[in-house]
Amino acid sequence: MAKPGKSAKRPKDKAIWALRLYVAGQTPKSVAALNNLKRICESHMAGRYRIEIVDLLLNPRLAAGDQILAVPTLVRKLPSPMKKIIGDLSNEERVLVGLDVQPAD
Amino acid sequence: MSPNTARRKQSRRPRQAIPKAPTGVVGLDEITGGGLPAGRPTLVCGAAGCGKTMLAVEFIVRGATQFGEPGVFMMFEENAEELTQNVRSLGFDLNRLVATKKIVLDHVRIERSEIQESGEYDLDGLFIRLGHAVDSIGAKRVALDTLEALFTGLPNHAILRAELRRLFRWLKDRGLTAVITGERGDNALTRYGLEEYVADCVILLDHRITEQVSTRRLRVVKYRGSLHGTNEYPFLIGDNGLSVLPITSLRLDHSAPNRRISSGIPRLDQMLGGKGYFRGSSVLVSGSPGTGKSSSGAQFIDAACRRGERCLIFAYEESPEQILRNMRSIGLDLRRWLHDGRLEIHASRPTLHGMEQHLVMMHDMVRAFRPSAVLVDPISNLSFDHRESQIKPTLMRLIDFLKQQEITALYTSLTTGQSGVSVEDSQIGISSLMDTWLLLRNVEHNGERNRTLYILKSRGMAHSNQIREFVMTRHGVDLVEAYVGPDAVLTGSARVAKESQDRSVESARRLAHRRKLTEVTRRRKAIEAQIASLQAEAAAEAEEMNALAAQEEAATEARRRSVVAMSKLRNGGSRS
Repeated sequence: MAKPGKSAKRPKDKAIWALRLYVAGQTPKSVAALNNLKRICESHMAGRYRIEIVDLLLNPRLAAGDQILAVPTLVRKLPSPMKKIIGDLSNEERVLVGLDVQPAD
Repeated sequence: MSPNTARRKQSRRPRQAIPKAPTGVVGLDEITGGGLPAGRPTLVCGAAGCGKTMLAVEFIVRGATQFGEPGVFMMFEENAEELTQNVRSLGFDLNRLVATKKIVLDHVRIERSEIQESGEYDLDGLFIRLGHAVDSIGAKRVALDTLEALFTGLPNHAILRAELRRLFRWLKDRGLTAVITGERGDNALTRYGLEEYVADCVILLDHRITEQVSTRRLRVVKYRGSLHGTNEYPFLIGDNGLSVLPITSLRLDHSAPNRRISSGIPRLDQMLGGKGYFRGSSVLVSGSPGTGKSSSGAQFIDAACRRGERCLIFAYEESPEQILRNMRSIGLDLRRWLHDGRLEIHASRPTLHGMEQHLVMMHDMVRAFRPSAVLVDPISNLSFDHRESQIKPTLMRLIDFLKQQEITALYTSLTTGQSGVSVEDSQIGISSLMDTWLLLRNVEHNGERNRTLYILKSRGMAHSNQIREFVMTRHGVDLVEAYVGPDAVLTGSARVAKESQDRSVESARRLAHRRKLTEVTRRRKAIEAQIASLQAEAAAEAEEMNALAAQEEAATEARRRSVVAMSKLRNGGSRS
């Protein structure tokens, strides 16, 4: 699995997106989800996001905490309220709506 | 049913086609012939509030506490605290079970508004959660309550259905005995057609209101690879969890003891082959109002208490105090038995609960108190407001249950005075279940009402066919031989009058007889006197006869002498 990637840049903007992606092993769907997520974040929230990846196969007890059923699930921890996007995040528009992010363009 | 008996039953059937996991739910294991299919999922469906969750909880709790099978309860609607509170009233302490790692409670919360879909996904999260919970305690049982919440939480039903199919496969592969609950749909068993995935065993729960009385019912719709009871069975959620009510009705194998016990009325015992009822038999005492049903029941109970047996009275008409007072008036002191714990009286209004509720209460009490004799006074009140088709099976279960425990039971029953319905027909169809049936009747005659008793039937013993008069005295109930004359059977004062009439006729007859006797004696004496006088006369005649004979002899002698003398004289003169 990819290393828990955190965007190292300090944000100038106040808004920080703390995102957590739940996956179950390296399935095509989870790889696709991570790639899609990175792309969306870079193009719309560059420098203002953190991504944490949780592999439920390694940490099964974490599934209960955020009420994870579907995999992959992206959880927006911050800003609150918490939001969840399930699926491989292939539909960019929906991800942006789900994360409540204004498209950069 | 205690876990031991349940387990014994399980092991008594080694040839069952598929292994079963006992639920521990009273009655359900009997219907299903040992429990739910082990290692397979079972669908429990029904409308809201019909007890699906309770069944699922009890399955998990009893599995963990009685059968050594830890379980995972995954809930989609309530959270763990709510569930724990809800089932505490049934005596289930979920917190303790969680603390001792017997069960795991997992609340899966799905908030539609929080979830956005974007692209393909699967439910591996749920699988991992469930798998983790199962592994953490080595669970053998799983309950999913209510899986259908997923359908409202997750918009893509195509994915969901595929995943559910995978879930049930997964449960089977792991050998987990699972209970899945599902909401009843309009035209299908479940709203989202879960039955199409769970093919092994489907149990349908139903909650119905008939004539203002609510009844829960359970039916095993299908059970692949096993025989099962196919009827609808009433069930209840009582103080000790669920009870399905055919506790014994699948079998008819109770033992038949030969011992006899007194009915409490010596002359009734005489009529019953001289020894009374069979122990463990069912006795029906029916009659119209005021014929002495309760009194004869109380007499029976009193006699049982006297022998040192434990007795239970279910009273549906009188309060315990009222019973004690009324029975004291006929010389039965039941209070002392109450005080030394041999007797318990449970009085309640028959309309307080539904019929099934009453029966479960009775079951519980009988199981707790373990009496050897039970009086139900009257059983006809239990059937108040119920249709006959519903009562009979339920009463049959009660009667069967008591028989199975070898408890002698006396049921009183009020016969209605409807015209056109004979007494024999008015017994709500239970008389065929009874071993002994006593009929009490009022006989109106000559301006008074008297009670009579006769034995309509008594299985397995030679019993009297006579009608007896039933009298209540200060010393209890007793039977008197009724006056059976050529014209009528007389009871009460008519009997007494007839008897005294008979007595006076008898004494007149005796008097006449004596008179006749004296007369004959007198006449005989007169004859004897006559005989004596005749005899005296005869004696006198005989004497006279003797005297005459002597006289004749003397005369003859004298004549001979004179002849001799004369000849002597004549001869002497001529020769000289």
